[in-house]
Amino acid sequence: MGRYLLTLRRFWATALAGQLEYQLNLLIDLLAMAGNLAGSLFVISLFYGPGRSLGGWSWEAALVVLGVYTVLDGVCSSFLRPNLSTIATHVQQGTLDFILLKPIDSQFWLSFRTFSPAGLPEIGTGLGLILWAAAKVGASPSPTGFLTAALMLASSLVILYSLWFGLATTSIWFVKTWNATEVLRAALTAGRYPISAYPLRLRSLLTVVLPVAFLTTVPAEAILGRISVNTGAASLLMATVTLMLCRGFWRYALRFYTSASS
Amino acid sequence: MRIARVLLSSQYAYMLEYRAEIALWTLSGVVPFIMLALWSQVDASGANPGELGLNRLQLGRYFLSAFIVRQFTIAWVVWAFEEDALQGRLSHALLQPLHPLWRYLAAHLAEQATRLPFVAVLVGLFFLLQPDTVWLPSLPQALTALVAIWMAFAIHFLLQSAFATLCFWSERASALERLLYIPYLFLSGLVAPLEVFPPAVRAFALWTPFPYMIAFPAQLLSGNPLTFSGGFAAMALWIALLLPLVALLWKAGVRRYSAMGA
Repeated sequence: MGRYLLTLRRFWATALAGQLEYQLNLLIDLLAMAGNLAGSLFVISLFYGPGRSLGGWSWEAALVVLGVYTVLDGVCSSFLRPNLSTIATHVQQGTLDFILLKPIDSQFWLSFRTFSPAGLPEIGTGLGLILWAAAKVGASPSPTGFLTAALMLASSLVILYSLWFGLATTSIWFVKTWNATEVLRAALTAGRYPISAYPLRLRSLLTVVLPVAFLTTVPAEAILGRISVNTGAASLLMATVTLMLCRGFWRYALRFYTSASS
Repeated sequence: MRIARVLLSSQYAYMLEYRAEIALWTLSGVVPFIMLALWSQVDASGANPGELGLNRLQLGRYFLSAFIVRQFTIAWVVWAFEEDALQGRLSHALLQPLHPLWRYLAAHLAEQATRLPFVAVLVGLFFLLQPDTVWLPSLPQALTALVAIWMAFAIHFLLQSAFATLCFWSERASALERLLYIPYLFLSGLVAPLEVFPPAVRAFALWTPFPYMIAFPAQLLSGNPLTFSGGFAAMALWIALLLPLVALLWKAGVRRYSAMGA
């Protein structure tokens, strides 16, 4: 375990040093984030008018959902995308061989090799938005409430990671599946809005098949202190199952890996 | 004329090789459907119906039209151009007696042709799920919509070409393009029909080219009441404005260009 933590620190320190060479990119990332957030706020505000709201959520409560989404989006651009996009390249160029030979778990290496500071402002703003909106709603911070919220957020991160890694794993067979993550990203934008704002049929689809509900709505409910025990348990179960599936899928996929040109 | 035919047919054959990828790209345009789900829910629970200015059927048709318009007005010239510039292929293209932008234009048109069957399948699926929204635009309606879609594509292509020519100065023009995408996403009418915008925002949006890239053709195609006056004139104006700009930027850029690595 300690070895993994030490490796992780080395990985990210070198990545940060490398990325700081490109300061203009950072500025563009900041501008893009501000624009995206302003646009999202604008769209959500369109849903609020006299007598209407987004699935019965108050304006501030909906902002908590948006905050959680912003944090997850930041995690995507900081950790998931820079790492998982390389899997296809490794398969194509045959360099996956070298990774499999390293005395460290290959899934760990591929998932955490690098990180990009691009998503950090998003993560920060998302957390800020959550805190501000939750305070406005009047959520009272208690130790158990805080713990539940952290737990639900962690479980949503695990689900998000499993979805991405599972999809990236398919590039062992089909090298060109990176485009599929664009589909995933587009579908996950559904998480910007509370799940109860969707028609009933879509709601169950977004809970069971593509667990968008557990990604943003459930953590937001936990933060606002209105989560039920059942929902919390379901979220933890979902996280465990998806993580195990994605781990198993990676192992299974490796059995079919025969290196490039063979 | 002969050049155009050869270019188009060769690009079409090339794009057919990438059917799977293009299918995935088509799928990643699901955002209008997500937004439709949200808006139809607002309409169903709305305290005062008609407040949106559109009924349920019009809403469904609008977002389906927006999806179709988006599919056939997508431009990706900046990515293709950046890759060619970074890899040095641009030098060869510049030597040929044909403006390189024509080549990209042919590639775009060929890709749209490849997209057609996938879009048709998705539209069919939509009608299966929502049979009461089925409509057939009358012939003049369809023709005007088609012209509008082509003009919208021209605007998008020119706008992105202007960003692509920045490749001559910077190596990362696609990063700048992300900033263009944000107002496109939120002001074009992709996430919400322009009818629901606050008047001030709508007036502002109409001064930008973005509503003409989605909302205007989509309104024509869906047969909804038009909220634009002089839509075609505005589109023609934008094209007349962008065309010399791109030509100018291109000229200045080529003079500066000294091949990558030189």
